[in-house]
Amino acid sequence: MALSVREIHKMYEGKPLLRGVSFDVAEGETVCLLGPSGSGKSTLLRIITGLEAAESGQVFWDGADLADVPVHQRHFGLMFQDYALFPHRRVAENVAFGLRMQNLPKHEINQRVNEALERVNMGGFANRRVTDLSGGEQQRVALARALAPRPRMLMLDEPLGALDRALREQLGQFLRELLHETQIPAIYVTHDQEEAFAIADRLVLLNEGKVEQDGAPDQVYNHPVSVWAARFLGLTNVLPGKVVSRQPMRVRTALGDFSPSEADSTEPVGSEVSLLFRPKGVQLATESGEGNTLTGVVDDTTFRGESYRVSLRCADHSVFQFYLPDPPPMHARVTLALDPENVLVLK
Amino acid sequence: MKSRSSRGVLALWLLPLLFLTLFFFAPLLSVFRLAGQAAAEAAPQANLLERVTRPLGFTFYQAALSTLVTLAVGLPAAYIFGRYTFPGKSLLRVLTTLPFILPTVVVAAAFNALIGPRGWINLGLMNLFDLSAPPLQMLNSLPAILIAHVFYNTTIVIRVVGSAWSQLDPRMEQASRVLGATPLRTLREVTLPLLRPAILAAGLLVFMFDFTSFGVILLLGGPQFATLEVEIYIQAMHMLNLPLAGLLSAVQLLCTLVLTIAYSRASLHLNVPLAPRLQGEGMRRMRTWREKLLVGVTLTVLASLLILPLAALGARSVVRLEANRGERGVVETGLTFDYYRELFVNRRGSLFYVPPIAAARNSLVYAGATVLFSLTLGFLASSALARRARINRVLDPLLMLPLGTSAVTLGLGFIVVFNRPPFDPGSFPLLIPLAHSLVALPFVVRTLLPALRSIPVSLRQAAGVLGASPWRVWWEVDLPIITRAALVSAVFAFTISLGEFGATSFLARPEYPTLPVAIYRFIGQPGALNYGQAIAMSTLLMLVCGLGILLIERVRLPGIREEW
Repeated sequence: MALSVREIHKMYEGKPLLRGVSFDVAEGETVCLLGPSGSGKSTLLRIITGLEAAESGQVFWDGADLADVPVHQRHFGLMFQDYALFPHRRVAENVAFGLRMQNLPKHEINQRVNEALERVNMGGFANRRVTDLSGGEQQRVALARALAPRPRMLMLDEPLGALDRALREQLGQFLRELLHETQIPAIYVTHDQEEAFAIADRLVLLNEGKVEQDGAPDQVYNHPVSVWAARFLGLTNVLPGKVVSRQPMRVRTALGDFSPSEADSTEPVGSEVSLLFRPKGVQLATESGEGNTLTGVVDDTTFRGESYRVSLRCADHSVFQFYLPDPPPMHARVTLALDPENVLVLK
Repeated sequence: MKSRSSRGVLALWLLPLLFLTLFFFAPLLSVFRLAGQAAAEAAPQANLLERVTRPLGFTFYQAALSTLVTLAVGLPAAYIFGRYTFPGKSLLRVLTTLPFILPTVVVAAAFNALIGPRGWINLGLMNLFDLSAPPLQMLNSLPAILIAHVFYNTTIVIRVVGSAWSQLDPRMEQASRVLGATPLRTLREVTLPLLRPAILAAGLLVFMFDFTSFGVILLLGGPQFATLEVEIYIQAMHMLNLPLAGLLSAVQLLCTLVLTIAYSRASLHLNVPLAPRLQGEGMRRMRTWREKLLVGVTLTVLASLLILPLAALGARSVVRLEANRGERGVVETGLTFDYYRELFVNRRGSLFYVPPIAAARNSLVYAGATVLFSLTLGFLASSALARRARINRVLDPLLMLPLGTSAVTLGLGFIVVFNRPPFDPGSFPLLIPLAHSLVALPFVVRTLLPALRSIPVSLRQAAGVLGASPWRVWWEVDLPIITRAALVSAVFAFTISLGEFGATSFLARPEYPTLPVAIYRFIGQPGALNYGQAIAMSTLLMLVCGLGILLIERVRLPGIREEW
């Protein structure tokens, strides 16, 4: 394991911000720290770099505790939100900064600055003022500056946050290729789940100072461990219910009984749970009431390219959204049959 | 409509312009005429060049040295003010405003009471080791001048550099640390280069104040340390060589002009767009013992620099430490109010044939008149500046010119222009408050103008639509809003007048001295009583100015910042 973070606790203005965060980063792995703003993601990065001290907990590199290693000797690269380029230095001087700190010979510095700038497609910008660059150009210079000293790990704090949508997609793609190519272990902080899915080898979901879930992107998306995780990932079809039998699993709700296919849930009979309906794999059914069906009024349909997103208002006024190939007419009363595969039990 | 409003602006400018022409440009012009005279008469004064370059050289030397020492003390303090929160910060900030408003003679007297031959340290050492002469010869030396200058100008470094430091995005320094720079290297390669405009601006401002320093050098340096200012005074008042004084003044004006231009160019770069995303993002508490030590030592040095001399002054004014004139043998030391009591007594052998308290009365009358003049003119000028008019672009800098002109030069100009009755200093006592108003006017305008500009136009328009005449609008809308600013500028003008020494030393008649003039004359006289009275008068002046600061801090509007 390259980096291990163990039981980090941190207070902010008298309130707990991080409450025992632990996770690992393996060699060559890109880990996304994903969480809403204010969940302590940036603070966690700053604790790993040594810019801030945690109240308790440890950060290990290759098994060695970093507690007594000062910031400038940790050899981590950090790309700041808004980039923090030195305004009094030109593009090349910004990139050269970390190399000069290593007291490298001048010709090597020049060569590696050029390499780094070429790598981010900023070769012609060496002598520009950083204050004259556009947002996307600044972002790439900041990336070159962080990469040039060949850090043993790269940390990126909302690297696309300050850019407009088109640029985000373009540079996000570029970042993904670059991280893959260099095989440098990386921590990527973002609050945008799409960005995280696109770039992460592994997701660490942060909520209220704790790790809510840790796993591969598809696994986290397909099997969120909690209602919060599901909602944060954009899975909003949640319905409360009660376990009425375990073999086979049956959950009773205000809208009927449901039988999730996956039996890995260990909830005992009688416990309160939540059901999550994945928005895909639904069909219009002819009759209602036979389990794993939802009946309601079509509230809204939106064309989404390959399918239609249909909002279904059910008897208890809750609204669910599903993707259907052909839209039912507005205000029609319909019954949808759910595939048991797409019904999940959440705590 | 346009012509009517621009005519209105012109009408507002009328009185301030008349005032500036009569009492600023005319005296200045006469100083230049004198300088021309001196140059034309160069033949009989063969060593003329040397008589200019010697004080000029020394002025530059002491100003450069003072600036360096001030930066050495002020930069660590600026760092601490810009980056740390600590208990008592706001109190210390108020304390650092003291030097802004304390008259030079008070500061000189305060250092005299601390390190002078009759001050606490010397008398204490003499008492302790049974010495017959003061062991510490600090007075009339360059170190005394330097210390007083540091006392005065550290505040400027703290204000200018400290605020730039607090606005510096802390992520610049963090980026440097993550890239492998040690804290020291970060300071050298990132922080200091980013602060350079602020340091340069503060340094130039400090240099300018040290360059034109008069009272401090005259009282603490003595005759052998003649800067341009002191030399102008000596040539004009003691040698009666007005042409040479004029020439020196012209040289002085040229230098301050160059410095002012350099300063305004430097301050253009003050606002680099580096602000942190959050207010106070870079502020932190002290955590490690090293941080605590650094903050503790710096604040102790700063506090003792600011408090010790003033405390020494106050304490010295109520303690008898040495024999009165004519007394021999054992001296009773102890608390005494004699020095204050003596202020009301007109002794034979006193320098004036009036009791010293008369000087206080004169000062108060002059200060009152200064408030009246400068506030009237200031209101007119800032009302004109608050309006939109092309003429303001020319007149605004003109109004600020007296700020860059030394008071000694003004005094010289006054005695040259107003040299026969009924407008000579002897028969026209208003000359003193007029000179003071000239010094105070830029401050008054810079305090009133932001307040006036803070009033939204819609407020005036609303009052107008509701039927208020322009005069009524001013009375009902403007006046209540700017009352606080007016009060602040009145206190400024009052304290400036109370402490003004440079111009007054040219204009005050012997039988109508002001407090600073009386302090200057008394402090150099032999005898414990004369010294004690000088110290007592300085203490009174210090208290009045301290009260002024408290008043200003209380009534200052939170949202509106003075522009200077």
